[in-house]
Amino acid sequence: MTRYGPDEHDVLIVGGGGAGLRAAIAVAEANPKLKIAVISKVYPMRSHTVSAEGGSAAVIKSNDSLDEHAYDTISGSDWLCDQNAVEEFVNEAPKELLQLEHWGCPWSREPDGSISVRSFGGMKIKRTWYAADKTGFHMLHTLFQTTMKYDRIHRYDEYFVTSLMVDDGRCQGVVAIELTTGKINAIAARSVILCTGGCGRVFPYTTNANIKSGDGMALAYRAGVPMKDMEFVQYHPTGLPFTGILITEAARAEGGYLLNKDGYRYLQDYDLGKPEPKPVLRSMELGPRDRLSQAFEKEHEKGQTIEGPFGPFVHLDIKHLGEDVINEKIPFVRELCLKYENIDPVKEYIPVRPVVHYMMGGIHTDIHGATPLEGLYAAGEAACVSINGANRLGSNSLTECLVFGARAGKAAAENASQGKSFSRNLEAIAMDEGRRIEKAYLSNRSGKTKNSESIVTIREEMHQAMKDGAGIFRTEKSLKESQNAIQELQDRLLRTSIGDTSYTFNTELTSAMELSYMLDVAEAVIQSALKRDESRGSHQRSDHPGRDDDKFLVHSLAYKTEKDLPRIDYLPVTITRWPPGERIYGR
Amino acid sequence: MESVTLQVLRYLPEEKSEPFYQDYDVPFQKKWVILDALNYIKDHVDGTLTYRWSCRMGVCGSCGMMVNDQPVLTCETFLETYLPGPIRIAPLSYFAVIRDLVVNTDDFLGKVKRAKPWLITDELKPVTEGEYRQTPDELKEYKQYSMCINCMLCYSACPIVGLDPEFVGPAAVALAQRYNYDSRDDGHGQRNKILMDDDGIYSCTLVGECSVVCPKAVDPAGAIQRYKVTGAVEWWKSVVMPWKSDK
Repeated sequence: MTRYGPDEHDVLIVGGGGAGLRAAIAVAEANPKLKIAVISKVYPMRSHTVSAEGGSAAVIKSNDSLDEHAYDTISGSDWLCDQNAVEEFVNEAPKELLQLEHWGCPWSREPDGSISVRSFGGMKIKRTWYAADKTGFHMLHTLFQTTMKYDRIHRYDEYFVTSLMVDDGRCQGVVAIELTTGKINAIAARSVILCTGGCGRVFPYTTNANIKSGDGMALAYRAGVPMKDMEFVQYHPTGLPFTGILITEAARAEGGYLLNKDGYRYLQDYDLGKPEPKPVLRSMELGPRDRLSQAFEKEHEKGQTIEGPFGPFVHLDIKHLGEDVINEKIPFVRELCLKYENIDPVKEYIPVRPVVHYMMGGIHTDIHGATPLEGLYAAGEAACVSINGANRLGSNSLTECLVFGARAGKAAAENASQGKSFSRNLEAIAMDEGRRIEKAYLSNRSGKTKNSESIVTIREEMHQAMKDGAGIFRTEKSLKESQNAIQELQDRLLRTSIGDTSYTFNTELTSAMELSYMLDVAEAVIQSALKRDESRGSHQRSDHPGRDDDKFLVHSLAYKTEKDLPRIDYLPVTITRWPPGERIYGR
Repeated sequence: MESVTLQVLRYLPEEKSEPFYQDYDVPFQKKWVILDALNYIKDHVDGTLTYRWSCRMGVCGSCGMMVNDQPVLTCETFLETYLPGPIRIAPLSYFAVIRDLVVNTDDFLGKVKRAKPWLITDELKPVTEGEYRQTPDELKEYKQYSMCINCMLCYSACPIVGLDPEFVGPAAVALAQRYNYDSRDDGHGQRNKILMDDDGIYSCTLVGECSVVCPKAVDPAGAIQRYKVTGAVEWWKSVVMPWKSDK
């Protein structure tokens, strides 16, 4: 069922979330002649950007400055981000958020009608724009509705990308399954931008949606593009225990307390400052996410967390904010607690625990979103520019989608404008890919015996391995065990074949392919973590507790190898004006 | 372990031309929503069962289905509500079914697009001049209509959608109103043309079911009602002052 052409585009964007849609508009505005398409395994408004809650950072108030935003970002990253990228980022951030305002985003406002900002973790000055606590939802819908204006932006909704078409040393499109029909299509493009988001589903407890299986990361990785800084996985300190649903940092920014089993604000014991009744910036509950999640683990070791059916938790207390503030500033927090935990945070504590939230690492790009593979670009969580280093500052990621989505769009448009012709081999590449999919996943259609390996078991074992080995604290031993487990699962995945042989909307097939993407991403995470013998930001090695700037002020680059473990290379970090220093919070 | 029966309306176009009900027994857990039960079936009983889901927190709008004949988001509807069962699960009403619980979304998005749900301004203000001022009260004017997650439940609840597939429908009108009431927008004239044609708001007989089932309290029925008032005024304006209408 492989079909080739005539689907040819100048720029093809994979993923219809914040970064992808922003990129699409940037291409449309850069060159009115370009043929643009957005391809996604879901309709754009289902993309995971929709779940982002707290806000989006950019300097807009007169008491703030670009340098302050840069410093908060860089110190938050434990000095592993590239400072030239951060400088560009903070500079373009206000323009991008204003642009979204001009497209209709319903930002929360001050009484005089100007943009309202709130504080967020790890920030010295309030600079987070917000639309109550559904910021990602409003940003995504504003972007999606705005793209509807452009008839030139063609959409392939519910197409699942299975590989990149690479020939003659450049990326020239993708092969994708049209879910409604099962047709395998080759879609050619002079530039491809991967905006597929993160891969939280590699772990068992995550704020990430079911679709977050690292597809774009794995597609690039398989095409020989390195994954950068994959060992840095952000745990958000406040997720609901069973579902992993995110309780936004804004709950703490508005004044929420984190309490251990004795009702004690335990963060004061972890060098995060003194407890004050009102929130203090860069202090206590408004410390950075990595430090708060690590404090939880230590508190658990001391036996001071609360045991629940889904593991240990602590309490988030927002009762003292009062019903009016909760309804006005963080209504979604109340809605989620009422609906999913049957708890009213106006009167009761919210049970919370750290849950996997965000990948600092991703597809290696330069500050224009270009990867080392000609014609291939990436932006948003899927990419690693890097502005996030070893720990992302809360509320930088939505802004990153806009700034680097727009940048990647411009760069991809420029590349496509050269009008290079497509290789003749694309049809053959697509046919080969069609046969690979048939053979790997659907061979029992032709009567081959079923194998007993189930994708569900493999997925569960992957979750266990990642939780045990690559959690908030890691050791060489734990990582090696996970590495062995993941390798074994890679072998076992080759022996599965799925029961659903239908061409129509075959989600068992796509689940199996997502699992293969996740295992590739998992191997890159583990190998990068294993080789980094230091503790920095979110990567805490109990067997190497200190930060080692002499050896590890570098980005990790993980390259896929044919049969062996990934090869890890390093790239120096770019320092412009902020030499590495101590991360100080609460003092 | 206690268990509960789900009766799922299935449609497998490659095997059978007609939909059929299939029963699945799932263990009952207090914490489980309908979606958890479906995921249990998919993972442990029947991998061919097909449905959409993603965020599991009631904001992506993917997992709408009919549960005991009511359109709901299955990620926020608890099994416990329906004990002792059996619980009937079917695809959203009035939509073409692709397979099992997956319905065609394209028609809906076409209607949304007809409502021109984007900011239309007479004069383009450069971004360098900063934000449009909008007070909290001005924001409140349209905020409720901006909460639509495109879950399509209101279409499945609307008897007019069932009778007239061309009816633009509740969510599309709410989205048109979301921009019409935005102090930054000048596009109501363009939207009026579309929403006041034969398949526009006058098809609505104000049953109000759309607002009852909306999981985000958008109140599309209220949006349509406000439109009808605007529509009457606009019509009179066009008669009395033809030069002022059709902006």
